[in-house]
Amino acid sequence: MITLDNVHKRFGTNAVLRGVNLSVAKGESLVIIGGSGTGKSVAIKSVLGLVTPDSGTITVDGKNISTGDRDAFLARFGMLFQGGALFDSLPIWQNVAFRLLRGSLKRPKEEAREIAIEKLRRVGLKPDVADRFPAELSGGMQKRVGLARAIAAEPEIIFFDEPTTGLDPIMSGVINELIREIVVEMGATAMTITHDMTSVRAIADSVAMLHDGVIQWHGPVSGMDTAEDPYLQQFIHGRAEGPIDAVR
Amino acid sequence: MTVLLSPVAALGRGTLSFLALVGRITLFAVETISHLLRPPFYFKEFGHALLYIGYLSLPVVGLTALFTGGALALQIYAGGARFNAEAVVPSIVAIGMVRELGPVLGGLMVAGRVAASIAAEVGTMKVTEQIDALVTLSTHPMKYLTVPRVLAATLSLPVLVAVGDVIGIMGGYIVGVTRLDFNGAVYLSNTVDFIEFWDVASGLVKGAVFGFIVALMGCYHGMNSGRGAQGVGRATTNAVVSASVMILASNYVLTEVFFTA
Repeated sequence: MITLDNVHKRFGTNAVLRGVNLSVAKGESLVIIGGSGTGKSVAIKSVLGLVTPDSGTITVDGKNISTGDRDAFLARFGMLFQGGALFDSLPIWQNVAFRLLRGSLKRPKEEAREIAIEKLRRVGLKPDVADRFPAELSGGMQKRVGLARAIAAEPEIIFFDEPTTGLDPIMSGVINELIREIVVEMGATAMTITHDMTSVRAIADSVAMLHDGVIQWHGPVSGMDTAEDPYLQQFIHGRAEGPIDAVR
Repeated sequence: MTVLLSPVAALGRGTLSFLALVGRITLFAVETISHLLRPPFYFKEFGHALLYIGYLSLPVVGLTALFTGGALALQIYAGGARFNAEAVVPSIVAIGMVRELGPVLGGLMVAGRVAASIAAEVGTMKVTEQIDALVTLSTHPMKYLTVPRVLAATLSLPVLVAVGDVIGIMGGYIVGVTRLDFNGAVYLSNTVDFIEFWDVASGLVKGAVFGFIVALMGCYHGMNSGRGAQGVGRATTNAVVSASVMILASNYVLTEVFFTA
């Protein structure tokens, strides 16, 4: 469904992506792992058009992402950003229902609010959160609101950028469980970026490891522990010794 | 030879970098105008911007105009006394306020208040990925963030300038009547008799141009903010400095066009 074919991206002298080849099937939950600064976020932002690759092709359902109606294309996606990226000036329910209050998916205000409250409930937040502002919520609650916003318009494809970063282990577990439940229940295709191996095991159907600008290893999560790739083994076991430089 | 050429090379690099900045700002302005003319329009965001940029700037513009009008009356009286021309105080205060000081000082005060705030807000949105989030939610950041602010500033600055003109003239009147022993009725009559339609209109046109510049610089520097607190801080400073310099430069150009052509 989503295919990256020989994608390159360079920022100044720093070549971040050096020929990424990756495909994600419809309904699959792919987790991309890799060290900090290896281009995981750049890879998913390239799919959304937030970053334009220098070369290579990205297709969704066989169609090049740079062609066709951009609004219709983006309406198929939901994204949970690393820091939540909630709009400070809007109350929580308007954050969640943002897409439903404007553009091609616009609904009447009352209906949009109802959907927002239902999505907040889905991620374990009470309706009284709806009228509060993002700054009044804890980090974990903001992540849940971000998750509610990502699923508000029931997208076909959802991206999760470091969904558990900065959360305590219990809240990380809650978020991982929610992501898994939501992806299964909606039948959505998911791409997740994380460093957290607990999240990988909880969320992934398949795992891709990005290293040095290319996909170093790609396979089912069940094959991750037995794979012989030394880069993957060093990463998943968090070893300082191995082919990946500890000092980068 | 290399040592001799290095200052020239540095000058060339500086010139190229300045021209590139001018080009980027020009393209940003053209893109803003093109989005201004095409739907969708975000009326609620426009209303918020109008309230913040226009209504909430009234106190600072009003106080600036009041004290400037008063000081101007004192200065013109003192200067005019050297050649027995004290009577020109009302007309010069009025013309000075509506042609120059009202729009320029109003524009500079709004630049300090609004350009900084827009750059900080938009810059923070950029570094916290809120602008990326807007894109993923099928909302164009230029339409949602830039157009409402630029339009609100362009429309509200002339109104602020008009209010500032009246308050500035009032400041001159108060000082004239209470400190310089002018007759109130004569002061007002001299003010009204010597002021022409184009004096006022030119100031309002300047206000609209300055409003456009203020919001455009706030949005441009916010959208191009660097990472982290330092990046946002630098964007805020750059927005105020560039808006202020552009206001003063465009004021000269507009004055040339309006009054010497």
